[in-house]
Amino acid sequence: MEVVVCVKRVPATAGKITLTEDEVDTKFLSFAVSPHEECAVEEAVRLVEAHGGSSTVLTLGPAEAADQLRDALAMGIGEAVLLETDGTEWDAVATARAISDAVSARREQGRGLDLLLFGNESADTGDFQVGVRVAHALDLPCVTGVKALQIADGRAVAKRQVGSGWEVFEVDLPAVLTIKEGINLPRYPSVPGRLRAKKKEIERIVPERRPAGPERLRLHLPPEQERGVQILGTGPEAAPKVVEILREIGVMAQ
Amino acid sequence: MSAPPKEANVVVIGAGIVGNCMAYQLALHGWKDIVLLDKGPLPNPGGSTGHASNFIFLVDHSKEMTDFTLDSVRQYEELGVFTRSGGIEVARTTERVQELKRRLASSRSWGIESELLSPDQVKELVPYVAADVILGGFHTPGVGVVDSLRAGTLMREKAQELGALTVVAGTEIVGIDVDGGHARGVRTREGDIRAETVVIACGIWSPRIARMAGASIPLTPAVHQMISVGPVPLFATTVGEIEYPIVRDMDTNMYERQHGGDLEVGSYAHRPILLDPDEIPSIEEAALSPTELPFTQEDFDLQMEQALELVPDILGDERVGIRYAINGLLSLTPDGAPILGETPEVKGLWSAAAIWIKEAPGIARTVAEWMTDGTPEIDPHGSDIARFYDHQRTAAHVRSRSAEGFNKTYGIVHPMEQWSSNRDVRLSPFNARERELGAVFFEAAGWERPYWYGSNEELLGEFGERVMPRDGEWESRWWSPVINAEHLAMRDHAGLVDLSAFTIFDVTGPGAPAFLQRVAVAQMDVPVGRVVYTSLLNAAGGIRADLTIMRLRPDAFRVVTGGHSGMVDRKWLIDHLPADGSAQLHDATSAWCTVGVWGPRARDVVGSVTDDDVSNEGFPFATCRPVTLGTVRALASRISYVGELGWEIYAPIEQGARLWDLLWEAGRPHGLVPVGIGAYAVTGRLEKSYRAHGNELDLEHDLVEAGMARPSVKDEDFVGRDAYLKQRSQEPIRRLCTLTVDDPTSSTGVKRYMMGREPIITGDGAPVLDAKGRRSYVTSAGSGPSLGAHLLMSYLPSEIATPGRKLAVEYFGERYPVTVAVAGSTPVFDPENARMKG
Repeated sequence: MEVVVCVKRVPATAGKITLTEDEVDTKFLSFAVSPHEECAVEEAVRLVEAHGGSSTVLTLGPAEAADQLRDALAMGIGEAVLLETDGTEWDAVATARAISDAVSARREQGRGLDLLLFGNESADTGDFQVGVRVAHALDLPCVTGVKALQIADGRAVAKRQVGSGWEVFEVDLPAVLTIKEGINLPRYPSVPGRLRAKKKEIERIVPERRPAGPERLRLHLPPEQERGVQILGTGPEAAPKVVEILREIGVMAQ
Repeated sequence: MSAPPKEANVVVIGAGIVGNCMAYQLALHGWKDIVLLDKGPLPNPGGSTGHASNFIFLVDHSKEMTDFTLDSVRQYEELGVFTRSGGIEVARTTERVQELKRRLASSRSWGIESELLSPDQVKELVPYVAADVILGGFHTPGVGVVDSLRAGTLMREKAQELGALTVVAGTEIVGIDVDGGHARGVRTREGDIRAETVVIACGIWSPRIARMAGASIPLTPAVHQMISVGPVPLFATTVGEIEYPIVRDMDTNMYERQHGGDLEVGSYAHRPILLDPDEIPSIEEAALSPTELPFTQEDFDLQMEQALELVPDILGDERVGIRYAINGLLSLTPDGAPILGETPEVKGLWSAAAIWIKEAPGIARTVAEWMTDGTPEIDPHGSDIARFYDHQRTAAHVRSRSAEGFNKTYGIVHPMEQWSSNRDVRLSPFNARERELGAVFFEAAGWERPYWYGSNEELLGEFGERVMPRDGEWESRWWSPVINAEHLAMRDHAGLVDLSAFTIFDVTGPGAPAFLQRVAVAQMDVPVGRVVYTSLLNAAGGIRADLTIMRLRPDAFRVVTGGHSGMVDRKWLIDHLPADGSAQLHDATSAWCTVGVWGPRARDVVGSVTDDDVSNEGFPFATCRPVTLGTVRALASRISYVGELGWEIYAPIEQGARLWDLLWEAGRPHGLVPVGIGAYAVTGRLEKSYRAHGNELDLEHDLVEAGMARPSVKDEDFVGRDAYLKQRSQEPIRRLCTLTVDDPTSSTGVKRYMMGREPIITGDGAPVLDAKGRRSYVTSAGSGPSLGAHLLMSYLPSEIATPGRKLAVEYFGERYPVTVAVAGSTPVFDPENARMKG
């Protein structure tokens, strides 16, 4: 089983976001990949643990994106490829083309490919596009929003959650899957994992930039949401109101 | 929680561990209408307390810090938030094994139970440590962990139960009102509070808050990296927070500490990462909290490998994940000590900053006592905010020294170790000459002072074994036998000593005599031209300062004190100046350089360059007067800290080089040599049994114990008089003694020389305790080359403070026999003071 998983370096934005003239001010921010991509990485590690083979993590981004590759290596991914940019923003089309090129080149070199995993969408731009575009370019079947996955006999059974039920897809390998958070609980890297990751070589490729999609002109912050705290009452008198709200938000039967 | 009141007696800013302790202690000390403010939410407003690892090791080489810590543990235990786990400092190197013996000595000096362990014994207590990478351990069973957030909550509640405290969270300070040099209140986003007393307990934000009032708290935020790994299978059965002793891996500057099912690994080994206080993210901007910054993995890589070596069973387990990793912010100061007390800039504005969890309650008690009546039980002189000179408050100094100090957190720090950053700040006019003479400079209050002179190496042959050469590596560091050669040459002929690091105040005005009479123990109604050596006491009779005062004119005095305590003494004096403005204090330190000329030939030297009468009759001991030396008009003062005939000569700083050259040329025919501070402040002083402030003299000792009580007490009132009279009416339970080391030969045949702070024990190794349970330890130590003995000073219980009494001192794990030479202040060398007064 040969698995390639693609991730994107994004600022980890748990706090208030401030903007510089044209970028997110990352002075106080760390960087991460989206939760979907973390799950895709975990899934790749588990697939290789279960079926043998090898896993590769790939990203397109600045030199610093090597940190996110090492995070994946620390979780147990075998190899890493950095499509190194000069730090400028790449649109979804250009990104998909560069990844398609890189994956094609690998296949031409005789490297196997059974599964190409993405996160369902990136954490920053949320385009939902790159996985689908890469599948199209490589002429591979694609299932998006995958929350359960089984591999058997050269085929993948991928499930998507729809309302309270599941859509089930069976596709031949190789295939492209975009993974949704919840498919697994990603592991924390271990200390030996971290140390192994630090020592691994990262393959660096300079991709050709061929933009064609919509480009980002500027960023602006949406109006701040009111974070009002409403006190429903104190003591037993508050209970009916609590029940009412629990029903309203759907965590309690009507 | 509530809106800020319009008025309060005291506003404590910051509700981390320090602010909570301060509010509680102030309430215990009878303060009412206390307001505790924080911009963050409770119980964790987002400061360093919230991410602290919360463990408490007890032993520090500093007595002050150890006392704060021991008091803190007592308080945490009373609150029921302390869990004893034991703690082990492990050694990977032979140097560290020696250092652990020093730790053991310090633990004995301060009365803390501890022991040295073999690697196997360490493993018995901490089964996950790899015994083969360590050479031993230093185990302190009383070490433990504390729930600092719970402690804070309990203390707030108790202060509220006393009806003393209003807590206002989520309210940011935007200003501090100052009027007439006094704090008048704080401004918040929710309204202003009038208050005459304000305490800044804001941790890393303290400099920013102090600046609002025009005051400075010289600390810098710095990163301490920590990771937490788990779940650790071995800890699955642990009930509560901790079952195994905390391990400090001293040689890699790391610690490993169980926290429930996790193991926390922290580091002080990475490069110093300092922030500007203005660069700290706001609560809104921070992903976790303002003091938990994103982890920078590359700074921790080496530490991870080293931790893996020590704790392979846990950290090498692939199932154990890194669940949390931060660059935590804490406060660093340029000298490593906390910053406590009323700011010198603003009356009523107090600092309680750069304080760790382990010492916060003890420090808060001390600061609360200080605020309440000015008489703290534990002497905080090493932490006094007033200690800083202006240059030490600059950002450049704070950053360079804090960075240098950071990696010494677990370091083996020699008591004489010198800073390497930001040197050459204050240079005396003699500096160029001193460099030519091969001076080795040590720093005092920013001044570069020769500690000894390379040019005097030629004296070593002359004195041979009398220079007491040292073979022990530790006591040879930051030392040279030349010091003792200079000492002997001075006693034989004469020495020239650069004393420009003195801090000098001119006190003038019609109220000056009464003012000094009111602060000094000694009689200050003396004739013009008299030099008075005196202590200053606090109201409880603790020794606040030790200095000399010259009466220059009827209404003009010159106060001379040591560089180390200069700024603290300055604040003390200014605080006691008469309110009517009838006396003024002017800091004249930068106007005068000082050189000492001492030795049996000093009169010949000085007499050869002046026409003034320098005979004993014409210029008696303990007097001062203007003299003309060549073209230099100077002030000469006939006193001595080394017990020799001679003078301190004060000259305008720009004429200092001329004065030096004059004395140098005149002195050579008389055998004058340059003498460094090593002979002046250590060997010369100890042979004369002179006490030093900060060593023998502090708030925890009184003049009777120190053997410095004068035959009579002046009639005039002075600060501390009542307490002093009471002290004099009782037999002291301990007395300061000078001891000689009978035989410094170690078990391996090496002569070893103690450096100070070692425990005094009985011949069979039992601790020496006074009636109050206080241990005896060495307050000062050094060579006595003229006596051929190593000298120690120590406060001993009065019943054994008798000359001839045999005792022992522990040094690097061995016991050396010592004998009490003198109890009280009689000098061991020249007890009649014939040389000085001749």
